This record gives sequence, C-alpha cells and structure tokens, in this order.
Amino acid sequence: MTDIPSRGEEDRVFGFETRQLHAGQRPDPNTGARAVPIFQTTSYVFEDPESAAAYFNLQEYGNTYSRIMNPTVAVFEERMANLEGGCGAVAFASGIAAQAAALFTLLQPGDHVVASSALYGGTVNQLKHLLRKMSVELTWVDPDSPDAWSSAVQANTKAFFAETIGNPAGNVLDLETVAAIAHEHELPLVVDNTFATPYLCRPIEWGADIVVHSATKFIGGHGTSIGGVVVEAGTFDWSNGRFPVVAEPSPAYHGLRFHETFGTYGYLMKLRAETLRDLGGALAPLNAFLFLQGLETLSLRMERQVQNAGTVARFLSAHELASNVTYPGLPTSAYRPLVEKYLPLGAGAVFSFDCAGGRDGGQELIKNLTLWSHLANVGDAKSLVIHPASTTHRQLGDAELEAAGVRPGTVRLSVGTEAVEDLIWDLEKAFTAVQKAAA
Amino acid sequence: MSDLARYQEPLTVQRVLHTARTIAIVGLSSNELRASYFVGYYLKRHGYRVIPVNPRESEILDERSYPSLSEVPVAVDVVNVFRAPDALPGIARDAVAIGAGALWCQFGVVNAEGARIAEDGGLTVVMDRCLKIEHARYLGRMHWLGFNTQRITSVRTGLQ
Repeated sequence: MTDIPSRGEEDRVFGFETRQLHAGQRPDPNTGARAVPIFQTTSYVFEDPESAAAYFNLQEYGNTYSRIMNPTVAVFEERMANLEGGCGAVAFASGIAAQAAALFTLLQPGDHVVASSALYGGTVNQLKHLLRKMSVELTWVDPDSPDAWSSAVQANTKAFFAETIGNPAGNVLDLETVAAIAHEHELPLVVDNTFATPYLCRPIEWGADIVVHSATKFIGGHGTSIGGVVVEAGTFDWSNGRFPVVAEPSPAYHGLRFHETFGTYGYLMKLRAETLRDLGGALAPLNAFLFLQGLETLSLRMERQVQNAGTVARFLSAHELASNVTYPGLPTSAYRPLVEKYLPLGAGAVFSFDCAGGRDGGQELIKNLTLWSHLANVGDAKSLVIHPASTTHRQLGDAELEAAGVRPGTVRLSVGTEAVEDLIWDLEKAFTAVQKAAA
Repeated sequence: MSDLARYQEPLTVQRVLHTARTIAIVGLSSNELRASYFVGYYLKRHGYRVIPVNPRESEILDERSYPSLSEVPVAVDVVNVFRAPDALPGIARDAVAIGAGALWCQFGVVNAEGARIAEDGGLTVVMDRCLKIEHARYLGRMHWLGFNTQRITSVRTGLQ
C-alpha cells in the first residue's frame, strides 16, 4: 500500500560473510542508525486498543513485552535463522534455556527422547534429571551407531537429540543418516550446533529439523555474555499425528492450532508465544547486541581458530606426554570421512587429550599454563583450558564419563586466535612441569 | 520445483504487494482461528480492501461475502485463493473473466492448469506463497519476531 520502492530487492543468494554482517537488520527507519540500536525497554506503547489486541492474538506482528520479543533480540534471532538456513529463531537467556524450551515445546508427560550419549555434561544433567521430573523417558545411544538410534525408538518417542561435534569427545555426527532415521519414524532431529557454528556446518542442510546453540561460545566469541537460540527449519510436519501438543487446539492460547494456522512458522510461534512466555528466560537486549557484534566476525575467527586448533592438535599428537587427541580434523581421526562431508572448512576448535599421569598429570598441566585461561567456557577468541573430570563433567559417574569420552587425565582445550607458537610455547612449558612432578 | 519458482519471483511479489488495492479472498473462513481469517484480518488492517468470496457466509470481517468471483461488483486487483488445488482452474477462469490483475495462490494451492489459464488471460500469478507472510516480509514487521525474511539491504526505508 506504500509507494513502489525505488530499489526493489532481487532474488540474490548472498554469501555467508555478507549475511553475518547484514541479515536481520535494516537501517533503523526512525534514526538511520547503522549499528543495531539497543532497545533497552521492557514494553512498547500500543497505537490503540485494537492494535494491542491484534498483537496478543498473534494476528499482527507487534511488540508487546520484552520477555516475549524485543527489536534488538529480533535482529540476532533473524541473523541466526538466516545463517543456519532456518525459517526463524527464538533467543533465550542461555543455551541450556534454549535447549529446554525447544524440547518443552514438543514434549508432554509420558513421552520419550532418544539422545546421543556423548554430550556436554550440562546437557546430560538436563536430559537425565529435568526430563525425568517432567515424566519424560530417555534412552542414551551411541551416536555413531545408526542401528542404536533406530532400535531405541518407541511408540512414545518424540525427538532425537545430538551434537554436531560432541563435547568434549570430538565425535562428529553423521547428520544425514541420523536425520533420515528420525524422519523414517516421523520424528524431528534436534542438533546442538554450538561447536561447529553455522560457518562450519549447517545441520538443516543435512536434514536436521531444530538447531540449538549456546551463543555464549563462538557466536559471542569474546566471553562477555550468556545466551542461546533455537532455530527451526520449518519443514517438519507437526501435524503427522505424533505431536498433539503442537498441532491440536492449545488450551494455553485460546484454542489456537499453531501448526495449522501458522504452517511453516507454527512451532516457532508456539515456542515464543507459549514456552518463552511461560518459562521466561528471555535474552537481554544488551547481550543480543554483543552477540551481533560477535557474529559480524564469526567466519574470520573460525578460520583462524580452526587453523590454530589443527596446529595445536598436531603438536599434541607428536608429544610423548599426550595421548588420545580427539581433534576430528586430524588425518588419523576415525571421523575424518564425516569431517570431509559435514565440516569441509574445519572441525572446530575444541577438543581434548589425555595428559600422562592421569588426574594428577592433568591438574599439574593446567596449574603450569600461564597463557591459556583455566575456566569453564569454550569458543572465546582467547585460548581456554579445563579438566572435565573435576569440573564440567563432575556430576557424572565413571560409566557416563567414559561414554562422554572423558577419562581422569582428560584435558579439554578451546583454541583461540593468539599467535599459535605462543600457545605451543605455553603447553611445552607446562608439560616440562608435569614431567618434573612425576619424576 | 523450478516450475514453482517462476511464480515466486521476489520482484513480482513486491510489485503485486505495492500496487494492489482490492483483494478478493476465495475460501475465506469466518472462523477466526483459521489461517484465511488471519490473512484477511491482517490485509484489512494494512489498508487493503478485502472482499470475502464464500457461498456459505453472508458477512466476514464486517465485509459482505459473495458466493463467487463473478458476483463481486467492483474491480479486483488480486484474487487470493484458499481452496483445494483442483478448484484452481475454475477460479482462474473466473479471475480472467472479471479482469483481475493477479492470481495469488496460498501455500499448497498448486495447480499447473490453473496457473496457465490465468497467465494466458494476462494475469500475474503467484503460487505456493502466503500473502500475509510476503507482505510482512517486505513491508511489515515479520522481522520483529525473529523470522527469516531473507532480506539483505542497507537502504533506509519509511516507518513500519
């Protein structure tokens, strides 16, 4: 109804590096601001009562309250959806909140989830304990075994859950195969793509239906903010009979059938208008802004971090005090064919190795590092190190530790963008100390 | 799917959205939870004149409903279809007969014969696309809810 724009938009497929800067944002119509404005506001003045009703009824896209949507957060959401090749996204206050909400939206008591046994310790806790509290059953499977995925499916199964690159074991998921098995059983595949980022791998292109991220890691890239995001492909048939919670009239939204009414956007509408509304856990606008700053350089950081990770992994492979270097990018890795297929630009920058001397050896190594930061995070531009058995995976029993690829001497590295010779210098120095301590 | 892509050209979609004034919605439901009602409500809100075409109703969205396109007494810019695909050839013939400017078929309303009839009659055809979503993508606020509009632009435009 407005005038024909002086410059219509053609159907161009823009490159990743262009989209990581521009997707989701158009210059602010009020001010012309080029950077994304930080809309630090809880709520939004309605034009009139009818508009307010239309927004709450979801008949019109409108801002109501920042627990449910915020213009700064929306730019981050759209940019993530664009980079992952999804139809949309909803952001959360943490990766764990995003993951819980993604599952919560499609589950009800009595349901069942099949999950990879090689997952981040925080995810293991969430699946094992939180889902049980919701009366949802869980089966762990070896992510490398197609038969294991297939035979774990029950009549009440509602989703498959896995990581693109497992934390910290470095296992690479055969996305296309596992997605095909999920779809054979009319189930969605939910993939945590935190370690790969959309620059290295886009699971939706291989059949994943829902992608979750801890944005805290490579997306933010500078260790400043906690956040997460859920992206949906928009192609899953939620009306296939297995998902009454998504397809049937919703008592929590005056009888709306989310999938029928919104089609492609039905799951995400429900995720936002019900799950985010009711569980809370909204991403703060300032954190969304910081993630957007991070995304602008995602490809540049990933290229560098992948290169540095390869160099450090090769150094460790040749070192007599290191074993079991799990970097899937190594030519000797069992995951090499999957890396070539799914991660052609690199196998990420997080991996682990076992330090000689078991638990004491691992701790001694960390104690003597002066450039690598000892902390519980990954994906920072700075290089990070941690001892999973005493920190991130502390709650797990021995068998679960083993299944997650963690042994007493396992040390996890997140390789940053520093001069790689400095990173190796620091490791050399610490290995010398380990050797002295053992002698 | 390359056949369908012909009917989903972004420049064509934008031209239809910008030039249309009157939109006849064939198969508009009076049930306010149905997708067609959401679309009709939205288009009306954004200033389009919406004309319901539904033989089972006399009034929808406070607008008189007509039993068929041929009974609509005013000029129609866009015929927006929410019917089963096999109804499309008949609707396309009616759309040509009333001199409509465009035939816009919603998600899943795909019928090659219907498209050919409309094109031969001089109509612009958009198929397997939602009028509300495309409006919200290019002119509206779809990006406020984190949906992927696919837009990449550094052009400053008017208020939304």
